[in-house]
Amino acid sequence: MKPMRATIRSVLTAIALCLALATPLHTSAAQETVPDGPTTAPTSAAETHDLAGLVSRLPKASYNEKSELAGAIAETGNPRVELILSSFSAGRLQATKEGRVVIALKDDGPYEDALTGDKLGMMEGIRLKKVRVNNRLRGELHGLVARLALSSPDASIRRHAARETFDAADPDSLPSIEKALSRETESDIAETLRQARAAIILKNGVVDEEGQLAAIETLRDRGDLEALNALLGLDKSDNLVLRESAASAVRSIKRTLEYWDVAQNVYYGLSLGSVLLLAAIGLAITFGVMGVINMAHGEMIMLGAYTTYVVQQVLLAVAPSLMSVSLIISIPAAFIVAGGAGILIERTIIRFLYGRPLETLLATWGLSLILQQAVRTIFGPTNKPVVAPDWMSGAFQLGQLTITSSRIWIIVFSMIVLAVLMAFLKYTHFGTQTRAVTQNRKMAASMGVRTNLVDALTFGLGSGVAGIAGVALSQIDNVSPNLGQSYIIDSFMVVVFGGVGNLWGTLVGAMTLGVANKLLEPFAGAVVGKIVVLIFIILFIQRRPRGLFALKGRFVDA
Amino acid sequence: MTLELSRSLLYLDDITVSFDGFKALNALSLLIEPGEMRAIIGPNGAGKTTMMDVITGKTRPDEGSAMFAGRHDLTSMDEARIANLGIGRKFQKPTVFESHTVWDNLLLALKDSRGVFGTLFSSTSASQKEAIEELLETVHLTDASMAMAANLSHGQKQWLEIGMLLAQDPQLLLVDEPVAGMTDAETAQTAQLLRKINETRSVVVVEHDMTFVRDLDVKVTVLHEGSVLADGSLDHISSNERVIEVYLGR
Amino acid sequence: MIFHRLKHISWDLALGVYVTLLVLAIAVPFFNLVVPEGSAFHLSTYMVTLLGKYMCYALLALALDLVWGYCGILSLGHGAFFALGGYAMGMYLMRMIGPRGVYGDPVLPDFMVFLNWKELPWYWLGFDIFPFAMLMVVLVPGILAFAFGYLAFRSRVTGVYFSIITQALTFALLLAFFRNDMGFGGNNGLTDFKDILGFDIQSDATRSGLFIVTIAALAAGFAICRAIVGSKLGKVLLAVRDAESRTRFLGYRTDRYKLFVWVVSACLAGVAGALYVPQVGIINPSEFAPANSIEAVVWVAVGGRGTLAGAILGGVLVNIFKTWFTGALPEFWLFALGALFVLVTLLLPRGIIGTALHYREKHLEKKASEDNAFDEIAPEQPHDEAQEELERAGA
Repeated sequence: MKPMRATIRSVLTAIALCLALATPLHTSAAQETVPDGPTTAPTSAAETHDLAGLVSRLPKASYNEKSELAGAIAETGNPRVELILSSFSAGRLQATKEGRVVIALKDDGPYEDALTGDKLGMMEGIRLKKVRVNNRLRGELHGLVARLALSSPDASIRRHAARETFDAADPDSLPSIEKALSRETESDIAETLRQARAAIILKNGVVDEEGQLAAIETLRDRGDLEALNALLGLDKSDNLVLRESAASAVRSIKRTLEYWDVAQNVYYGLSLGSVLLLAAIGLAITFGVMGVINMAHGEMIMLGAYTTYVVQQVLLAVAPSLMSVSLIISIPAAFIVAGGAGILIERTIIRFLYGRPLETLLATWGLSLILQQAVRTIFGPTNKPVVAPDWMSGAFQLGQLTITSSRIWIIVFSMIVLAVLMAFLKYTHFGTQTRAVTQNRKMAASMGVRTNLVDALTFGLGSGVAGIAGVALSQIDNVSPNLGQSYIIDSFMVVVFGGVGNLWGTLVGAMTLGVANKLLEPFAGAVVGKIVVLIFIILFIQRRPRGLFALKGRFVDA
Repeated sequence: MTLELSRSLLYLDDITVSFDGFKALNALSLLIEPGEMRAIIGPNGAGKTTMMDVITGKTRPDEGSAMFAGRHDLTSMDEARIANLGIGRKFQKPTVFESHTVWDNLLLALKDSRGVFGTLFSSTSASQKEAIEELLETVHLTDASMAMAANLSHGQKQWLEIGMLLAQDPQLLLVDEPVAGMTDAETAQTAQLLRKINETRSVVVVEHDMTFVRDLDVKVTVLHEGSVLADGSLDHISSNERVIEVYLGR
Repeated sequence: MIFHRLKHISWDLALGVYVTLLVLAIAVPFFNLVVPEGSAFHLSTYMVTLLGKYMCYALLALALDLVWGYCGILSLGHGAFFALGGYAMGMYLMRMIGPRGVYGDPVLPDFMVFLNWKELPWYWLGFDIFPFAMLMVVLVPGILAFAFGYLAFRSRVTGVYFSIITQALTFALLLAFFRNDMGFGGNNGLTDFKDILGFDIQSDATRSGLFIVTIAALAAGFAICRAIVGSKLGKVLLAVRDAESRTRFLGYRTDRYKLFVWVVSACLAGVAGALYVPQVGIINPSEFAPANSIEAVVWVAVGGRGTLAGAILGGVLVNIFKTWFTGALPEFWLFALGALFVLVTLLLPRGIIGTALHYREKHLEKKASEDNAFDEIAPEQPHDEAQEELERAGA
């Protein structure tokens, strides 16, 4: 999953770079070919308050003039102003040969009239020319739009706009910020506005020392990366007091950011931990409860992931409307597929090998090879796409933490699976029988428990849970024949580390390893971090051969 | 106290072992004199096996001291060291080396160098052969000496294990339920064998079989909930009301 | 678990191994070097190298059998020792390239020049001296095995727990050796070797020489293992395998015994890896892959664990099968290998040699009992017959 994501990231970066490089080149070329000749006499834009006039002059104006015109347009107070300016900055303001200015609602239309909002359809056959923008102008337009939005009646628009003004730190918006502050009722928006004002003050030194010191205070309280950047600008200030105050604020923010960084890594760790938990939880049953070394456990996870893929393909063909709940449908499906496979394996192979753990290990390893190759033969060796439903994609910000929805869902999901499984083993008749058989097979058998059946079903349960894990992992990992392999060692580590036969141990083991891994990563690197964790586990098992939550007692060694 | 210690072969004082809060042994004290044979009885869970575990170093006590021959602190030694001190243990379930012959089982048990390189270059001396022949005689396995231990009958395995203990030449033998699963004839033979062994060594026998204990005719200690409930002759014990309550009467 | 008995059988089996190896050591170079290339009996150098590879695998299998078959320690990480021995040899071969590398640096291997390293890391020093490199071939795996085994056996990590941490060990090494800054060529490993002890590594004569050395190493390894297994120490090992705690109560420090064979086994695996590298011409981190180590286990299982000869047979047989299969039906190889694992453990737990010995033994027993039935006044019974009689009575 990592290489894949890294690739995507680097591709995106490359695209962004190309764009950044290409844009100025493009515009300068445009300037050469379409010279902004003195054909349009420079009129003071402020004189005209006529929106139509201002807009109609845009296509042929120079960049400097465009900037002035945009300012004038903003001041007309016309309700269409916001749409015009934001379309302008997005490059969607276009003009016909006759000088009619239109707005592209999407990249290739439909279009509407910029002034009246009349729907113009796709405007096929008509040549349109973009009203060009450069980066400087785009920045100004952003500021204008944000200033306009500051007075929007909708609080969420104002909140967004306040953030934008902070990012832009445009001194021109200072008056509108003051104005907005005076009537803002939402305290968080007001706070952002004050921070925006502080950033502008510091950037442009528009007020006296006292005001600037107050601004530093405000930014220190904000305490994030943007605040840090704003403060770093004061490094070279001639004013010693100011410089020291800023430096101390920078230190304070850096410390805060470090805490957030650790928190973010802990979150990543918990997220990884829940992935490990999901992968290991089935093993905690087959290995932990039954004592069966199932090296094909990873392949049970893989079967679950492929089931998810198949379910989605079927839904796509049969009932596309159900796609948004495809994952929910996949859960029972994966449980049945993997659980069924598990029962089959138990009946045909493992039951002949009870009490011979090393042989079980070898036979199930062989089985894992067969399953991998079977899936490769049927589905091909390439990754299969599994679509994430809308409610699982996206991310949100919690303080300085970036939290992706899919990860949160996996954490929640793993907890649910664990809880259900524990309740199942504890409160159902089947659970009691399972525990009876694993504790004393002969006694259970003589009390009428059908041990063969219980064995098969318990193994099926463990495998089925692995299948469910596969559904979740299909969301964050590549669905390929090798999916299972990457989890098998980790899963064993978790179960062994946590203590065999104890689901709580599995939980703590998974979370500890997950968090340890992620906390090590920043300064050890991913690979070394993993090695360190592996070595740690090896050493740990030396000290406590039976894991974190070992069952103690006189029967343990028997 | 010190006098007791110096007189004793095995001296357990105030031993406590707990597993997850459950006290398997609770301030157990026990004293075995050189040359003594002692029978230990007690209901299931009384702590008999745990006591053996503590003496042989398999389990470390949470509290208390265990001394051997008045000067060796057993609580700080591992199994191998304790075995080499001269404490032999026979398990409840006979454990012999099934893929070795009876002869090799005894050879491995025979007192000799236990070092890795010692065994790598060792060869069996004439005196060792003689010792093994003698042991085979003692445990009635001469005819089976080249049989694989796996193929022995249950009783034969018990004897082989006792033979292995003797081969170690221990001062103290711990014997856990030696007659479980034996025929009456075998039981009688075993009692005889233990008495013979007792001529030169101390023996501690844990047993459920009252006939067998009566046969042995030695001092009996009753364990209950991890500590000593009573000790004395079997007749004395049998008349003790608390013993009747927790064990015999039930 | 009764795989070992009848000593007379194991002796003629051993003789068979020695004779076969001797025949191979003479015949293979003969048909390669002496028989002219046009002849139908000519053995190609490719085949010589292939056979040499099989012999290396056989030595690895032998090492594995010593710990698994005789001491019950199932290692899923023996490939790590194999690869470490291989890397030690690879480092010697790299240093022998000298200025003939692509970048022509007299000391630094190409990949270091490529990484812009200025001088040789300290752990590469001395590897240009052949005896030193050969010492490292044995020492590096030996020391790792000692450290790992010391910790594991002392804290009584046994059974599958031990197996799993050996797997983790080789996995950790796999990740580590993939890293460029480890200084072992990262992903690509060590390759482009030129010569060994001054002999051109590509020449037919060198290839045959390497083959003979490999056979000799295998024979020596076999002799060492037999000596260990046949000694009283070998009896202790079996005792540990069958009832470790009993052995301990007899006064044996079982952890030291396990440590001893574990280290010996790791050294043998290292030698196997060292002989493997000059023949295949490359060593890279994939040799550390856990799958390789587990595959080696199945060789031993197929041949018959706890028989030594079986390990050699399994190592060679499974790999011949693999060469043929991956050539003929590459996409089905994993099916075949997987099925091999399952079928051997379910249907042939003793392996080929183990099963053969078992039936031979049965046969002898039957014959002996028939003889006894006809001959009631048994003359002085040798021990074997006494035992069989007892078995009959006992059964």
